[in-house]
Amino acid sequence: MFTRRHLLRTAAAGSVMTASAALLPAWARSANAGNTGIFESRGTAFDLTIGHSAVNIAGHTGHAITLNGTLPGPLIRFREGEKVTLKVNNTLDEDTSIHWHGLLVPFHMDGVPGISFPGIKPKSSFTYEFAVPQSGTYWYHSHSGLQEQQGHYGPLIIDPADADPVQADREYVLVLSDWSFEHPHKVYARLKKDAAVYNFQQRTVGDFVRDARDNGLGPTLSDRASWGAMRMSPTDISDVTAAAYTYLINGHATEDNWTAIFNSGERIRLRIINASAMTIFNFRIPGLPMTVVAADGLHVQPVETDEFQIGVAETYDVLVTPTRARAFALVAESMERSGQVVATLAPETGLVATAPLLREPPVLTHRDMGMDMSSMDHGSMAGMDHGSMAGMDHGSMTISDPVAQTHDHRMGVGVDNVAMVRVSRIDEPGLGLESVPHRALSYSQLRSLVSNPDTRAPGREMEIHLTGNMERYMWSFDGVKLSEITSPIIFHEGERLRVTLVNDTMMTHPIHLHGMFFDLVVDNTDHKPRKHTVIVKPAERLSFDVTADHVGDWAFHCHLLFHMHAGMMQVVSVLPRGASDIADTGHTADAPAPAQPSEERAQPYVQVDKQHEGHRR
Amino acid sequence: MNRTHYLAAFLVLSLGMAGYAKAQDAPIPGSQAEAYWDKDAFKASQDALKEEHGGGSTLFLLADRFEYQTNEGLPALFLGGQGWWGTDENRLWIKSEIDYDLDAGRFEDAEIQTLWSRPIARYFDVQAGLRHDFKPGPSRTYAVLGVQGLAPYWFEVDGAVFLSEKGDLSGRLEAEYEFRLTQRLILQPRAELNLAAQDVPELETGAGISTAEAGLRLRYEIDRQFAPYVGVNWKTSAGETANYIRARGDDTESLSFVTGIRLWF
Repeated sequence: MFTRRHLLRTAAAGSVMTASAALLPAWARSANAGNTGIFESRGTAFDLTIGHSAVNIAGHTGHAITLNGTLPGPLIRFREGEKVTLKVNNTLDEDTSIHWHGLLVPFHMDGVPGISFPGIKPKSSFTYEFAVPQSGTYWYHSHSGLQEQQGHYGPLIIDPADADPVQADREYVLVLSDWSFEHPHKVYARLKKDAAVYNFQQRTVGDFVRDARDNGLGPTLSDRASWGAMRMSPTDISDVTAAAYTYLINGHATEDNWTAIFNSGERIRLRIINASAMTIFNFRIPGLPMTVVAADGLHVQPVETDEFQIGVAETYDVLVTPTRARAFALVAESMERSGQVVATLAPETGLVATAPLLREPPVLTHRDMGMDMSSMDHGSMAGMDHGSMAGMDHGSMTISDPVAQTHDHRMGVGVDNVAMVRVSRIDEPGLGLESVPHRALSYSQLRSLVSNPDTRAPGREMEIHLTGNMERYMWSFDGVKLSEITSPIIFHEGERLRVTLVNDTMMTHPIHLHGMFFDLVVDNTDHKPRKHTVIVKPAERLSFDVTADHVGDWAFHCHLLFHMHAGMMQVVSVLPRGASDIADTGHTADAPAPAQPSEERAQPYVQVDKQHEGHRR
Repeated sequence: MNRTHYLAAFLVLSLGMAGYAKAQDAPIPGSQAEAYWDKDAFKASQDALKEEHGGGSTLFLLADRFEYQTNEGLPALFLGGQGWWGTDENRLWIKSEIDYDLDAGRFEDAEIQTLWSRPIARYFDVQAGLRHDFKPGPSRTYAVLGVQGLAPYWFEVDGAVFLSEKGDLSGRLEAEYEFRLTQRLILQPRAELNLAAQDVPELETGAGISTAEAGLRLRYEIDRQFAPYVGVNWKTSAGETANYIRARGDDTESLSFVTGIRLWF
């Protein structure tokens, strides 16, 4: 171990200045290293070698796990419908894997050890083979251990079989990521011991004095008391911050000034991928409006905006048309605003865009805690009665009605909060973007370009709660960690169902379902935006409709790497038609969960059957 | 009970805990992927999946108070710390307080608690195990039952009852709070109360409140894990306990200026 690391360090030391630029694949290079945003390098056979590499991050040498020696890894680009072969050679001393994020692959090619395959053993190779019926901007990453935090990720683009409805003069891939010089296991262990270890934006005695002066002592005391009584912090926004992270665009820190060039008046397509382990970014180009044309790989009706929040694992394609020959800043600011990464979009190389100052950090409110009673316009507190099922009649509800807590999931030590008032926040742009002085994108603005392939009404509905205990740094679905599950979530092949996610925590969670796109319920039309990952805001209640058309076992998890590592993951098992005798496959029957209010109940999910009598108002 | 017995009891406790933890492992759900791969290899990856997603163990060691105490002219070194190893559900928890009399050049008090900790509520753990006191005088071993956690309004609290091998019952309550003056400068008040159910002349403790302690420490977190501090610490004995101490001609009260380091890893 010492020897190899020593060699790596020595090798890196000799080429510190040029390492990152020279080693990076063409797509990730800066304009001064030859990337002019016009590249076509499709293939059908790819060789990927996973190994240890020394990488240069902001002038310091770090140890990374890379694909073909670079961070990020190579661009994998092929054409829709083509059969591709990806041979992965593992030179590590540990297991590895590659998950093709958002790709509709056969489930045993999905790359999740323990769910879809056994993983790729040390010093061995594995060949993935598939053809997928989709196009767009995607990415890939390790699903083994915490390798994703160490550099094991890269972009993946599938060109449409027919003409691309989005035409551009140049295109750039922007892979956003968070790099830590600390080993991710150490970062995770630190969070486990002190969940606020990276939070340097906590409220101080000075803030108290200022608030008391501004708002009065009484209101300030009662505000502090209400947070203190819950043992929660309004500044608990991102678990890992710039205290540990250097934020990157295409492997470049701000000081590396990654540059994209353009000629005035050209239309430029930016394929933006959030490949971070733990960082939700707000992305903007001050002075340059962006037209969003794709979300999570799939085309959406063009919508112009100035800023958008991009959850971990989400992708957005935007078009920009700079008409002024000046340098623009490509800004990815972490959601809690402890740091940012800035790159340059300029008419020529050698320019450095002015980086904006970090904006004032956002602060959580009682609404994020799920305690905003003022949004309960149902008159009385009747909706709070856990016994009655008031508020569950979706037929007569609009999606923006706040809903009182009625769900019955395990209230174990891993659940520190149950949002009492859950609201739809789908028309909100995300934490910190509520009051920016420009346009900010919300999911409710997205509409699929083409009509949804399955427009059946969902025949079944299930509710899944996002749960956690910040103090213990435990994260789960419905209070049950993956390490504790006794049964997967069952979908039946061909069925159309509605999944409602309820965020009982005060954190923003990007939730990812493998193997299926889901239609985000933003309205009742057949042009719902289709996504593979969705941000669920604090105390939010959000629904998606999904068609269980890909048989197999699929991972379903929070894409914040350490939340997943802590247990915020489940398995969605799409059972083939005719597999009614579930016992044969070892699955537990998915009979509707009995509504017993026992604290001991460890049901991994609860189904809300439309015909179930408890569902009536 | 001598030290060998204590060690044996510790081993039994640890093994019992490990066994219990093992028995808590849920069965692996069946999988459709089994059909595609070697069964044993896939089973191993399933086990690893569970271990890596909520089943892992962590080791935590904290020297909360590692300090020099002026102790009114009788300077002492003091170490108060704790640590744990285990999963979310089962932890082996060690607590220790060691007092070294710099004037006399000897250990004045040293206790170590070895506990099995289980979460019982969102913010509280119940802890059971053994405590052993190494003293210049008579040693004691106690059975311990306690609750530790985070009370509303961010008070770190720890309460335990101790039953000695002689059948004596005592208890201890501790509470801490943190005022964040800046992101790194933290003022920490702390209070401790020791109680006893009966007089134990041998240990110089009397029934009722035996000793009380209050401290105020101002630390600067150079790193979250490394924080030097200064402070004051006040100790007093009460009731019959104070009488024992007065009888041997010592002060029942002492005010110390302290300087030390708080560190964890």
